[in-house]
This record gives sequence, structure tokens and C-alpha cells, in this order.
Amino acid sequence: MLSAAASVAPVTAAEPDSVFPDPESERWVAELGAPGGPVHDAAVVRLHELLVRAARFELRRRGAHADLEDLALQAAADATVAIIAKLPTYRGQSRFTTWAYKFALLEASVKARRRAWQGREVPLDDDGWALVPSRADGPGADAETAELLRAVQDAIATVLTSHQRAVLVAITLRDVPIDVLAERLGTTRGALYKTLHDARRKLRAQLALQGLHPLDSEGGSR
Amino acid sequence: MNEDTRNRLARVLGPAAAEVSCEVCFEELDRFVELELAGDDAEAAIPGMTAHLEGCPACAEDHAALQALLQAGA
Repeated sequence: MLSAAASVAPVTAAEPDSVFPDPESERWVAELGAPGGPVHDAAVVRLHELLVRAARFELRRRGAHADLEDLALQAAADATVAIIAKLPTYRGQSRFTTWAYKFALLEASVKARRRAWQGREVPLDDDGWALVPSRADGPGADAETAELLRAVQDAIATVLTSHQRAVLVAITLRDVPIDVLAERLGTTRGALYKTLHDARRKLRAQLALQGLHPLDSEGGSR
Repeated sequence: MNEDTRNRLARVLGPAAAEVSCEVCFEELDRFVELELAGDDAEAAIPGMTAHLEGCPACAEDHAALQALLQAGA
């Protein structure tokens, strides 16, 4: 699950007024929020069924797993608990079901990623990686592209802390899913993304000192 | 620069624009996707979401998943 870490950047979404978008959403909140009893219990059962369907949909979309049903049930159960706990934070800015689905989809995708990496070593050393130019860049572009990639590689090696470098290399160069890395390091997606964001800012600043602004426009340098 | 190299650099350097955090992204994801599917300017309503979805592969997957689920008629 996500943490309550500080914002990555000074951009925050506006706080819209709370308003229920439709009677069905209002009914969901009223029934789930009702004191324990048959109305509440029936709503929880309906919610769980909805979340199982959403989790199955996502797991199928990601490619069938032999244990799809097991993962879908686990994801729906965890999402149900999270939704009940967070019900007071639902602001009615979307349909209730859309708000609820995102919990099931998050749980399903995190479980699928972790299952895919189960038993696999997560590389955390900062050796054995390189930003080499692709052959398809062609001879004309090679010199400029190679210079740029060397500058990025040097910046990764020199301006980042070892933790920033390990996180950046694992996530962006070795395709380790951020949830998997977070689990192995005993932290959260939000905290790791903050580390990644800070590392990226350092790299861009270092490149700017050299007059390099890659990706800001095609060609990108100088 | 070819597309492969450009994509690798984009993954390393991330978006240049200011972005929301993973936490804000998750909080706003449902509203953002409903606005998108309604044809409204979702980025104007929630500034920094688009940059975050470019920079965070996991949140981008969650975004794609919710879009796909709603488009499938959920």
C-alpha cells in the first residue's frame, strides 16, 4: 500500500467540494458506513463481489496466471479492508465504484508483480549497467548521442548517493518494479519514488551545468 | 537519437515538469480517469498527474488498468 510521504514536487491537486455524483454512490456510502447489521453486511458482500470481478479483470489483462483466482480473492479481500477503513476519505469526486475499483486494481497489480518476482534476485548493486548508444542511432548521430549518454552515466556515478543510485538503476535500467523493490527494502512505493525523483532532479541539474538539456526538445543537447 | 535510446533516457531522467507524488496520484486517480473518459481536461483539474504518470511506471499501470476496466463497462 502507498505511504503518506511528503509530496514529490510542489504540485498538489485542488481540494474540490465534497458532493456525491449519483444516488448509487450515496447509497454505497450510507450502507457501508451503517453500524454493524444486515444492511452493512450485505453491502460488504456486494462490494467484495465487485472487487473480485475487478481484480480478475486486471489479472487477466496482465496475462493469465495459474493462481489467478487465488490472487484475485486475496486482492479483493485486502481492498475491501482498505476501502472500509478509508470510507470517510471518499469525497464523492467520482462514482463510488470507480473509487473502490482503484483499490482492487492496485492490490491485484502489486500482488501480480510480486508473484512474478518471487524467488528472483533483485539486483541492488550499481555495477554491470551502462547507457550505451543503440546501433540504430546510426553513425551520424553516434557522436552526439554517445556524448550525452556518457554525461548521464557520469552523473549517475558521481552526483547520486549510493542509495539513490541503487534505486535509480534498479527501477529505470533493470526494470525492477517499484513495489517489488519497496518490499525487498522494507519501504513504500511513495518513499522510493521520492528517492527516484530526487535522483532525477540531481541528474538534470548536473546535465544543465554542462549545457545539456536532453529530452527537452528533439536532439536535446546544447 | 532513436526511439529506443530516447525511451531509455526518459526512464532515467523522468519528466521535466513538476509532478504529484504517488500518494496524490492514487488519491486522484478515480477522478482523473473519469474526467479523461468524459473528454474533459483532466490535467487542468489535477495538475502534475500527467507528468507523474510519465515518470512512475507502477502508477501508469494502475492508470491504464482503471481506464481499461471502465472502458470495458464496469
